Amino acid sequence: MGTEILSFDVEKIREQFPVLNQRVNGYPLVYFDNAATSQKPRAVIDAISEYYQTINSNVHRGVHHLSQLATDAYEKAREKVQLHINARHTHEIIFTKGTTDSINLVASGFRDLIKEGDEIIISALEHHSNIVPWQMLCEKIRAKLKVIPFNDMGELIQEEYDKLLSEKTRLVAFNHISNALGTINPAKEMIAKAHAAGAAVLIDGAQAIPHMAVDVQDLNADFYAFSSHKMFGPTGVGILYGKEKWLEKLPPYQGGGEMIKTVSFKKTTYAGLPHKFEAGTPNIEAGIVLGVAVDFLQEIGLENIAAYEQELLEYGTQRLMEFDFMRIIGQAENKASVISFLMGDLHPYDVGSIVDKLGIALRTGHHCAQPIMDGFNIPGTLRASFSFYNTKGETDRMIEALKKAKMMLS
Amino acid sequence: MSIDKIQEEIVEEFALFDDWMQKYEYLIELGKSLPLIDEQYKIDDNIIKGCQSRVWLHADIEGNKVVYTADSDAILTKGLIALMIRTLSDQKPDDIVNADMSFIDQIGLKEHLSPTRANGLLSMIKQMKFYALAMQAKDQF
Repeated sequence: MGTEILSFDVEKIREQFPVLNQRVNGYPLVYFDNAATSQKPRAVIDAISEYYQTINSNVHRGVHHLSQLATDAYEKAREKVQLHINARHTHEIIFTKGTTDSINLVASGFRDLIKEGDEIIISALEHHSNIVPWQMLCEKIRAKLKVIPFNDMGELIQEEYDKLLSEKTRLVAFNHISNALGTINPAKEMIAKAHAAGAAVLIDGAQAIPHMAVDVQDLNADFYAFSSHKMFGPTGVGILYGKEKWLEKLPPYQGGGEMIKTVSFKKTTYAGLPHKFEAGTPNIEAGIVLGVAVDFLQEIGLENIAAYEQELLEYGTQRLMEFDFMRIIGQAENKASVISFLMGDLHPYDVGSIVDKLGIALRTGHHCAQPIMDGFNIPGTLRASFSFYNTKGETDRMIEALKKAKMMLS
Repeated sequence: MSIDKIQEEIVEEFALFDDWMQKYEYLIELGKSLPLIDEQYKIDDNIIKGCQSRVWLHADIEGNKVVYTADSDAILTKGLIALMIRTLSDQKPDDIVNADMSFIDQIGLKEHLSPTRANGLLSMIKQMKFYALAMQAKDQF
């Protein structure tokens, strides 16, 4: 992986992302909202058009030529995803609508696998999408939802996690990387602990997949959910990796075409994996083109990406700390290229609105993780999240824009 | 002064500014200078939640007119609130309900009123009109 590119040539990489080459409000765009969604390389953009121009057809049903080509391409993409995360089997890769859909699929299936009084553990660092489905499940079954707290640095407190685990724990769900703070959670160790207690584990990997090499077998995750759009692929397709034994246990998520073996009014039998979970016509084009995004990532190499983004993170942190009254929210020792921050008592909305006028795309608000903001007792933050096509020069531009905002608002 | 007249005035004021920065500086000025709401009304019941900034809104009846006071934790939002209050406060319920707020577009600040901006402003206008509507209804009975 990544052996083709020995040095990381960011200018060459930027050339492959047409959207970056534009002016916003009269200034060259600086896109620092990568944790929300990633930009797409030309290979991905072209592949979408090419799909519709050459092989558009429905999958898994026609005997005709185009249908075969589309089906092959779709299944090839599944295989690429399998290899990318080192899953044991291709049929352990389920295509969904996105990370949220993947999590809901598992939560819905667990209705049949847990009972009143059982416990589910999540973390206080979760995105709403990894909170609400479990809350809904617990309300329905009258199971208990327990939450692993975090410390001042934004790291999950492992001793508290140990205390929460018990023979009542059926499932543990947490993110690999926090979208709001960038904390990289010690997933492998946490999974091992959950398994020792007899619980299954779902990892929300939406923020990890674009930034680091993920090996689901090495992690020993039972479920691993992520989205194409955050990993330079098209919007509208997500992935649920599940261990074969767990996917077999879960009932189908939705009924319809594609997910059945035989249908009569007396009895329907379901298709095997992965189709059991893929009712209806899927997002064919996005699924196929996700395969192109995987190729793109493999070519650059996730080790190269992770190393370069760490550089951006360090530089960004160092430059931000030049401001008086700078408060970086989330200072975990193990951190991905996300910086959540507050400048004195300036409101994130005010600062974000002004830097936007200067062409800088930052995220402001609670980042769909309200409990984290409550934990720090703040209304929200400004968030800069870097990707491998960003540069230190862009960070300098952000710093200048922040200085301007501070001057205007003080 | 009628709502239309006030809006015309604001549009004229903003026409003096050459760029966004002057407009924002003016909003910040407005936001800083106005004592907008009595502390006793800055309570959760009066809060209009946006995911980006919070807005507090209170309405009183004075004679046959509605008087609004409001506040926000973000200064740009506060500046915009000052403009809304200047436009809609101390007006008759009928006029408030029928007020066209598109002047915000004309002064080049439309983006702050986008529903996706989630700063509570759009909900605030709705709530202002809702109060006026309630008072209109009360008058009829």
